[in-house]
Amino acid sequence: MDKYELPDAMGHYGPYGGRFVAETLIPALDELNQAYQEAQADPEFRAELHSELRQFVGRPNPLYHAERISRRLGGAQIYLKREDLNHTGAHKINNAVGQALLARRMGKKRIIAETGAGQHGVATATVATRYGMECLVYMGEEDIQRQSSNVFRMRLLGAQVAAVTSGTRTLKDALNEALRDWVTHVDNTFYVIGTVAGPHPYPAMVRDFHRVIGDEARAQCLELTGRLPDVCVACVGGGSNAIGLFYPFINDQSVRLIGVEAGGLGLSTGQHAAPLTSGRPGVLHGNRTYLMEDEDGQILPTHSISAGLDYPGVGPEHAYLKDIGRAEYVVATDQEALQAFHELCRTEGIIPALETAHALAHAFAIAPGMRSDQTIIVNLSGRGDKDIHTVAALEGIHL
Amino acid sequence: MSRLTAMFALLQQKNRAALIPFITAGDPSLTATVPLMHALVESGADAIELGMPFSDPMADGPSIQRASERALGRGVKLRMVLEWVREFRHSNQQTPVILMGYLNPLEAMGMATFAELAAEVGVDGVIVVDLTPEEGREESALLKACGVDPIFLLAPTSGAARVQTVRELGSGFVYYVSLRGITGAAQSDWPEVLKRVGELRQALALPVAIGFGIRDAGTVARVAQGADAVVVGSALVEQLADCRDDQTAVQVAKIFIQGLADAVQKPRSIQ
Repeated sequence: MDKYELPDAMGHYGPYGGRFVAETLIPALDELNQAYQEAQADPEFRAELHSELRQFVGRPNPLYHAERISRRLGGAQIYLKREDLNHTGAHKINNAVGQALLARRMGKKRIIAETGAGQHGVATATVATRYGMECLVYMGEEDIQRQSSNVFRMRLLGAQVAAVTSGTRTLKDALNEALRDWVTHVDNTFYVIGTVAGPHPYPAMVRDFHRVIGDEARAQCLELTGRLPDVCVACVGGGSNAIGLFYPFINDQSVRLIGVEAGGLGLSTGQHAAPLTSGRPGVLHGNRTYLMEDEDGQILPTHSISAGLDYPGVGPEHAYLKDIGRAEYVVATDQEALQAFHELCRTEGIIPALETAHALAHAFAIAPGMRSDQTIIVNLSGRGDKDIHTVAALEGIHL
Repeated sequence: MSRLTAMFALLQQKNRAALIPFITAGDPSLTATVPLMHALVESGADAIELGMPFSDPMADGPSIQRASERALGRGVKLRMVLEWVREFRHSNQQTPVILMGYLNPLEAMGMATFAELAAEVGVDGVIVVDLTPEEGREESALLKACGVDPIFLLAPTSGAARVQTVRELGSGFVYYVSLRGITGAAQSDWPEVLKRVGELRQALALPVAIGFGIRDAGTVARVAQGADAVVVGSALVEQLADCRDDQTAVQVAKIFIQGLADAVQKPRSIQ
């Protein structure tokens, strides 16, 4: 493979990506793209971003050798990239800080966001407060119920949370609503998209703000093990934590990249959120990518135990990486994720997010078949405190 | 000459704007759509815009979102929408019909198949809200090859280069989104809008329709002074939503359109 340099100027990753939005947003996307290009080339912006990631987010976070679980599985050595140790408890803050700094640079006083599990909403609310901006977060009514602690957290941070009652009342509808808001208030508003989806330049910009995950992990792995990892594993909803980890390894052909989608109740039930595994290409939310859709092109409701993976689309770069075979995409079911969740809690003393537990489930499944001198990096994308109510409820315990 | 061209030519002679109501196909019922189309024409509509329901209508406000949800809930499919147009054409060969919707359901059918079927049943133009001219070159060509006009949207935020692209790719007319928002929202600065419409007509050499934010006869009259066509959507869709049977829906639509039709009858004082 030649050196990987995507997207092209129009935001395409092969046939994927691009810009499929209402006309009103095109100039705003042009303006954003230009501001982003300028910011990226500006050493002052990069220095400030670096300093914020260090001082406010707490980077770099460790690449932790999960020795107990590695020994128990009796195969590859599992290393956890500890994004859960970031301020606000997930990788989402990397991008939120980047986009908020960009918003400030562009003179936008109001920021909006969509959120599923609430991690991106919390991260956006946090940086809005940090930089003195007004913040409105759109969240599906169903997600508001299953992620109530994150809703309260956003409100504590001074953000307004708007319940979205249209469609399936989950992340995809929150995204629709945020796009509608942006179309209406495009002059003063910056839309902080939380994943590597949406119209160009969002997928590329969000990836770039998250590549710090993979950049750090790569250097840390070389330092700790003296070589590159054999496998990188991450969960994929929209795919931001996965692309953050994968991107710096794309040209390292020896490193297998595996994204784990939400298998929900099992692929055969249709109750899942695995567009790369079982969907087909289409257009939603401003980009062409794999989607869960019916034969008429209507977007299907999705199911996952984790709100953050409960999305019918996926970032266009993942769609491309799948097609060219550079990354593999598999699924873990709700049950498999739950089991991995408990296993990590009990073995390593780390409570992972249910989203992250999908990646863990796959890593735990493949590790025993690998040699003990091989290495798997799992992106521990978020901590699980937000999920304890969900897990407790499954066990009949009401907190 | 296409039905759209003929309509605009005729209205040019009369020196008045076209009134184009929008309804969502399959709302308020599956059986209402064709009778509603006829009722709209009888009460003064010059063309009809028919919404093709989509599960994620990101450029639409609550009224049209809900109408789409209801229609999909009733099992509306793209083929049904096309068949309704065919049925409408049995007794109406003059009134232009424009389909409006989102790209994904069209691609699911296959753009080439859709373009052929649309032409076959008597569709005159297609507006794909989330298909920008840059991404839509191939699709526009497919539609044009079948004699269906690809109608693009322009917004107050669209710059000169984009206007030029639309001039190259679009035909029939251009849909000017009169406000920075979603369908059904309110608009205030009409003089500015009309001024821009005049400039666009010059630049595009195509008729310019105004839509988004037009809810009543007063606004229609005002907009009709400067635009080639006035599209009224959400306000009508809202009224139809409450209708309990098709007969009521037809009556409500007639009264609503009659109330607006007078507003476009007055010859334009400005050009």
